[in-house]
Amino acid sequence: MAETRSWSLKARVALAVGAVLGLGGIVVLSVALAYGRQAAREAYDRLLLGAASDIAASISIRDGAALVDMPASAFQMLALAPEDRIRYRVTGPDGTTLTGAEDAPAPPRQDGTGPVFYDGALGAEPGRYVAVTRRFAERSFSGPVQVIIGQTLRARQALARDIAGGALVVLATAGLAIGLFAWLATLSALRPLQRLGRALARRDPVDLTPITLPMPTEIAPMLGALNGFMGRLDRQAAASRNLIGDAAHQLRTPVAAIRAQAQDAQEETDPARRDRLLARIHERSVGLSRLLDRMLDRAMIIHRSDTAPRNAIDLRDVALEIYEALEDAPGGAAIRLDLPPGPVVVRGDALSLVEAGKNLAANALAHGRAPIRLGVEREDGTPLLFVRDGGPGPAPAILEGLGARFASHAPGGAGLGLAIAREVAQSHGGALRLGPREDGFEAALSLPRAVA
Amino acid sequence: MIRAALIAWALMTAPVAAQELVRDFGPESATETLRLRSTTDIAVLGPVIEHFLETRPGLRVAYEQWGSNALYGLQASDCAAGRAGADLVISSAVHQMVDLVNEGCARPHRSAITAALPDPLVWRDELWGVTREPAVMVYNRDLVPPAQVPRSRFDLLDLLRPTESPFRGRVATYDIERSGLGYLFAFADSMEATTFGGLMESFGRSGAIATCCSAEIIDGVAEGRYLVAYNVLGSYALVRARRDPRLGVVAPLDYTLVLSRAAMIPSTAGQPRAATQLVDFLLSPEGRVALEQALLIVRLEDGESTALDLGGAAETLQRPIALGPALLIALDAHKQALFRARWRDAFPETGGVAP
Repeated sequence: MAETRSWSLKARVALAVGAVLGLGGIVVLSVALAYGRQAAREAYDRLLLGAASDIAASISIRDGAALVDMPASAFQMLALAPEDRIRYRVTGPDGTTLTGAEDAPAPPRQDGTGPVFYDGALGAEPGRYVAVTRRFAERSFSGPVQVIIGQTLRARQALARDIAGGALVVLATAGLAIGLFAWLATLSALRPLQRLGRALARRDPVDLTPITLPMPTEIAPMLGALNGFMGRLDRQAAASRNLIGDAAHQLRTPVAAIRAQAQDAQEETDPARRDRLLARIHERSVGLSRLLDRMLDRAMIIHRSDTAPRNAIDLRDVALEIYEALEDAPGGAAIRLDLPPGPVVVRGDALSLVEAGKNLAANALAHGRAPIRLGVEREDGTPLLFVRDGGPGPAPAILEGLGARFASHAPGGAGLGLAIAREVAQSHGGALRLGPREDGFEAALSLPRAVA
Repeated sequence: MIRAALIAWALMTAPVAAQELVRDFGPESATETLRLRSTTDIAVLGPVIEHFLETRPGLRVAYEQWGSNALYGLQASDCAAGRAGADLVISSAVHQMVDLVNEGCARPHRSAITAALPDPLVWRDELWGVTREPAVMVYNRDLVPPAQVPRSRFDLLDLLRPTESPFRGRVATYDIERSGLGYLFAFADSMEATTFGGLMESFGRSGAIATCCSAEIIDGVAEGRYLVAYNVLGSYALVRARRDPRLGVVAPLDYTLVLSRAAMIPSTAGQPRAATQLVDFLLSPEGRVALEQALLIVRLEDGESTALDLGGAAETLQRPIALGPALLIALDAHKQALFRARWRDAFPETGGVAP
């Protein structure tokens, strides 16, 4: 197994989940802090207001002066923020301090009658103040009396921290849960891959049959591709086996014959007979070489049939190329070309088709009778590349065996040529058709129509 | 202005505007000197300080004894001026100490020992309650028959009610205008129960005496000038009762105020480290033992070891004066004026200096 590893899926999921949680955490934390600060401010502002209202309610007019009978409840209320310092001040209509600390800051604005909340210093610490105004209209005393009360911010900050801390705990718990589930999900998602890996590892090295394991839809295409790949591998292995088998089978007889004749020639003393023997050896060698060409062609065609890209091609070009290739062959001038006016487009590998057509035409040249016609036509819309001759064709018994690989009875490897043509036709999704016609014999490749 | 007036009043009404007594503890050769200002008598707290210095040869304590109002005024002006004065202040007038902390005049200190204090005895880690002293009633054993010994405020009210009562004119308590501690106890009483209103009225009708200072009051009871003294600081009363068989001490059964003298380290302290050591010592088990021997910590749970006369379930009747912002109300100008006016109604003829 090639060790070309990139980031593991678990690491990717962990990174993604971590990023989401990290960013989410920052957002949630800042929101929680803001919310906590707001909530703490509101809660303790209410406390301040309660205390101030308490004090305002305790103001009475005695002998023409405002007198504050400071209620203990107000201070007990403020003591609910037990660690905070307090400052208060009650001022009369003329702004003089009636009671409390002179240095409590005055509210920034005096409009309206409602309570005014504001920030201000409380000694060296920051503080929060509220001002409540009570208006008197007595015979002896008239005007507003203002109660200012403030406290430092320790309790507020502690509450805000508590709230944010609580949110953080919830977030951390949720994060852990999400992380755990993401981990489990990744594990479960990867299990089919591990199963596939194990199935592959367990396989016999020569077993290239498709793997049938239930796979999730996301992984099924990969398994399909793998099965397709193994199928191609299987076919190519089979082709190689066939080639080797054919070669052994087909070459044994001619080579044995050449050897025997060569031996005869060695022992022959009569020069005339030896010449004849040599000529026969030469003839057989040429046939053997042609046979080898065909076999290599076929191996090449079979290889291409699985690997070559399929392009849209005009069958007329294919026929033309075959014609040109055979023009110079012995008797090639007798071939007549028969092409339709319009293009006949199929999807396929031009080289394979030319090779198949050349084999059919060569067979017709070798065994058929004139006139030999090479052409293209549409038969009920099905593209057809045909070679026709005026002869009766092979005998039906021979026809039966034609196209199989071991057509040794066809001299010069004619059977092999038909086998090549058949395989090309099949690899293009078509068929090789052999049969007599009213005016002779026809060998044709019928191919499926190109789908635009 | 109000605060300045308050301080002026505090200074004015203090019997002496300077320290009452000064004594140095520890070796002359010491490299560090801790300036301690306290309202506690040197004779009472001194042994505890000596105990503290036993293991600290390089330290010397300059002990200044002050009246509570004078001490408050001095600390407030030191704080306002940023002047280095005391390194540690211990006062029985805890409302004044709370005010000083509230004004930001204290320096925080936190240790395992201070953290173990219950909430009422610590505020902001700047103020600590170091003692435990009940406000008690002292009576003359010779002149008050056992059957008449008041066990609670209700008993005292009952004793004062008859027009021919022998207690008329012979019950004494602190003059709140001259004693910060007396004011604090009276004020705490007024916050605690409505009984106090009745008691004030009763004091007024029966011609009770308001006078200054623990020693004077206890002397008066011992000599028979007063039969009963109300709201006397338990520590002083018990010290005297140990030696003087004429004195009986009762912790009131309806409720007993418990004062914890408050200690704070001023923000301007020059020797804060030594001060924190002394605070930690006073709160440590060793310091507790020393304070208990000085009768500055009175165990209300266990009356047998002391001369204190206790009823049953004392624990639930204790009302510690909690250190916290709620005590600030005792210093409010109007509140104080109202309270003093009420007090004046009950004690119109005392010879105290009218404000």
